[in-house]
Amino acid sequence: MAKYLLLKHYRGAPAAVNDVPMEKWAPEEITAHLRYMDDFAAKLEETGEYVGGQALSPEGMWVRYDGEGRPPVTDGPFAETKDLIAGWMIIDVDTHERAVELAGELSAAPGAGGQPIHEWLELRPFLPESPLTTECPDR
Amino acid sequence: MPGPLNEVLLRSLTPQVLTVLVRRGADFATAEDAVQDALVEAVRVWPADPPRDPKGWLVTVAWRRFLDATRSDAARRRREVRIDEEPAPGPAPQADDTLQLYFLCAHPSLTPSSAVALTLRAVGGLTTRQIAGAYLVPEATMAQRISRAKRTVSGVRFDSPGDVATVLRVLYLVFNEGYSGDVDLAAEAIRLTRQLAGAIDHPEVAGLLALMLLHHARRSARTAPDGGLVPLAEQDRALWDTGAIAEGVEILQRALARDRLGEFQAQAAIAALHADAPSAEETDWVQIVEWYDELARLTDSPVVRLNRAVSVGEADGPRAGLAALAALDDTLPRHTAVAAYFHERDGDLTTAARLYAEAAATAPNRAERDHLTRQAARLNAGRAR
Repeated sequence: MAKYLLLKHYRGAPAAVNDVPMEKWAPEEITAHLRYMDDFAAKLEETGEYVGGQALSPEGMWVRYDGEGRPPVTDGPFAETKDLIAGWMIIDVDTHERAVELAGELSAAPGAGGQPIHEWLELRPFLPESPLTTECPDR
Repeated sequence: MPGPLNEVLLRSLTPQVLTVLVRRGADFATAEDAVQDALVEAVRVWPADPPRDPKGWLVTVAWRRFLDATRSDAARRRREVRIDEEPAPGPAPQADDTLQLYFLCAHPSLTPSSAVALTLRAVGGLTTRQIAGAYLVPEATMAQRISRAKRTVSGVRFDSPGDVATVLRVLYLVFNEGYSGDVDLAAEAIRLTRQLAGAIDHPEVAGLLALMLLHHARRSARTAPDGGLVPLAEQDRALWDTGAIAEGVEILQRALARDRLGEFQAQAAIAALHADAPSAEETDWVQIVEWYDELARLTDSPVVRLNRAVSVGEADGPRAGLAALAALDDTLPRHTAVAAYFHERDGDLTTAARLYAEAAATAPNRAERDHLTRQAARLNAGRAR
């Protein structure tokens, strides 16, 4: 019963094994890929492990406070180093092993040539607010 | 006015009503839905028109709902034959045989999170929304988890006795989930364990109940008003709930007298030694080390081994604590935090500050991370001055 964030990256992650940009896939390969992702989410809804998920636009900006009475600073000379996140999904699973298993399954989504893209996904556990109540009686 | 009293009564009747329906031949999943419907109906009707026999009322309404739900079912005829043979709904038997429900809801075929959800729903009488809120997942997700769990156990024979240890593990999980959401899961776990202890005579059930009471008693002292963690030594002991401590100690003593030690009794004994100490300095750490040795014999938990090292350090000084730590795998959770603490006590503030910062980076939750970060900052600020 721990929550994990599965992150898909536009870039910043190591290249996928089957690394062909999506615009070079056949249309039906894109359809198959998107269906796989939808089916994956639906399956997790069915198992009661799905918490939420959303795709993110590749467009985004950096914003920073620039001092009292001044408008926030947006973007900088570093736009191309932004580690853009393509989308995320939150799952709630019994064990860390299960989280790894599901991330592996999502990474097997079909890509060019109908082959799994072997995409690298980032898997991050959520920090719960408070400690376990009894794991340590000296508390 | 429905009031808190009615809700407590309703929730305590839930497992009993469910048991009656299943005993009459209803399948578990449909019966559980019917009982939930009856509870909703009770909340609506009772304030204006309270029944004389609440349990009988719930059984009658739930049974009617069950019949409605199964009327169009292909198995209708077979069921009706069976129903004809059953006694008419009336005053329900008073014998509490809801014990089977605990076993069913903790059945080994369920994953831990499913067993927890089903227990809270079927035995605890919580709504799906309340359970989802407590676990911070969408209501639809929790509804799926519960309905899958119900389907999983629907084929399980209701009268086969289960494993008490499995039930206790589920209740322990509920207790540990703590205090998020608008349902107090720790209090709910205590209520369910108390109910179980009333139905079954088992030293480990008593041990778990004692453990929960002793921990719960210290709850309000464990966090500062800003939500920060207050370590045991700094807790305001006046905030501890002495009533709960006395009850926990008494339950534990009766359990220990039966000489069938288990891990929950041993953990409760440690908690009782902390609760008994008038101050942190007067804690009987030597006896706590002995209990950790017992606990290590009963379980091979890395947490136990680490906690034992903590108590060795408290009993025999920081050097002894560091030596005990050195014998353990340093990738254990909290290993670094404990090492930092003993280095500080030993006067090596530079190492302590570095280790506190390191421990903060791998802390398993926010409260501990913030606490450890503050410890590191405190030492760094002290040295800079």
